[in-house]
Amino acid sequence: MGAQQRVFKQKIRSTSSLRKIFKAMELIAASRIQKAIARSQSASPYANALTRAVSAVSSESNVDHVLTTEPESVSRSAVLVIGPDRGFAGAYSANLLREAEELIRLLRSEGKDVALFTVGGKAENYYTFRDRAIEQSWTGISEMPTPENAREIGEALLQSFNAESAENGVDEIYIVFTKFVSSVKHDPEYRRLLPLEVVDADEVASGGASEPAKDPAAFPLYEFEPSAEAVLDSLLPRYIDSRILSALLSASASEQASRQAAMHTATENADDLIKTYTRLANTARQAEITQELTEIVGGADALAASSAGD
Amino acid sequence: MAVLDVNVVAADQQVWAGEAKRVIARTSDGEIGILPGHEPVLGVVADGEARILTTSEETLRVQADGGFLSVENNRVIIAADQAELL
Repeated sequence: MGAQQRVFKQKIRSTSSLRKIFKAMELIAASRIQKAIARSQSASPYANALTRAVSAVSSESNVDHVLTTEPESVSRSAVLVIGPDRGFAGAYSANLLREAEELIRLLRSEGKDVALFTVGGKAENYYTFRDRAIEQSWTGISEMPTPENAREIGEALLQSFNAESAENGVDEIYIVFTKFVSSVKHDPEYRRLLPLEVVDADEVASGGASEPAKDPAAFPLYEFEPSAEAVLDSLLPRYIDSRILSALLSASASEQASRQAAMHTATENADDLIKTYTRLANTARQAEITQELTEIVGGADALAASSAGD
Repeated sequence: MAVLDVNVVAADQQVWAGEAKRVIARTSDGEIGILPGHEPVLGVVADGEARILTTSEETLRVQADGGFLSVENNRVIIAADQAELL
């Protein structure tokens, strides 16, 4: 076999073994999307119940809470970037980080200092590589976020929100994540987490079906046990944890969906490459045979000519 | 007779949903008993056990750790950080 043919054969072999890996990753991601969506849906009754309760308490106009009041001036904002731990997901993390950069630029242009919190190795690497300080980072949870993870993050954020500005406290908290709309549509977006703007129940579910939010005026007059303030005190941190959890779950579904799409494209590209290399290998083989034939015919002719000359 | 439409949800899943005649839960001030027609309440649930008397006269015990309870129009929602049927 000629050198050229051998080169093509080797390329075909290595591309087909890569193709197997891509195909396997695509299938794994596809099965995980379903799981992530199911988790997101099973968390939505709790999120809906919390949203409704928080809206009910905040519609009581006489209740004032530190988490819901707008600060007079904002000097420092926290940004929680929820990214993936692993790559191989196409433009997923690039799009997310671009959105985060946009938000950070916007905050800076308003004269605010930015404190970074990150979830996922990719986001962490992006900022450490650029020598940007990260307040706190969590890794290894982006694919299977649990309520405990959300609580841990929520606690850390609340702690810095409650701290004074002089002691690295922040006055507002933003969250950047990828919203899962469908398996082919997931958009990076940012939202303000604190001070609280109570969002509609169907937005909280993000991906899960839910009943439409009702007009706050429609809430009955609740009796609070033990008091409206105590109820709000216990509800708000939970509401924040639940918002973080739903963002984490939505991000993990988006991550898997992006990975599936990216791996699907990679598999197709590998198929194309294999086809191209097979054609090239065939051409090379054919050319070799043609050359051998020409040599034999040429040789025979030369022999015949030389014997005729004798 | 009116019945209570009860929902027990934990942070990551729904634990139980169904109809009940009576719900007894533990709030930070003490136990609260809820019968059909109860006025709207939003309460903080203390760690402890909630008892649900279902329409089929069964008593369900639910361990609910931290969370809240809401009652309106005979709909009872117990949302807890962690909840499990005992």
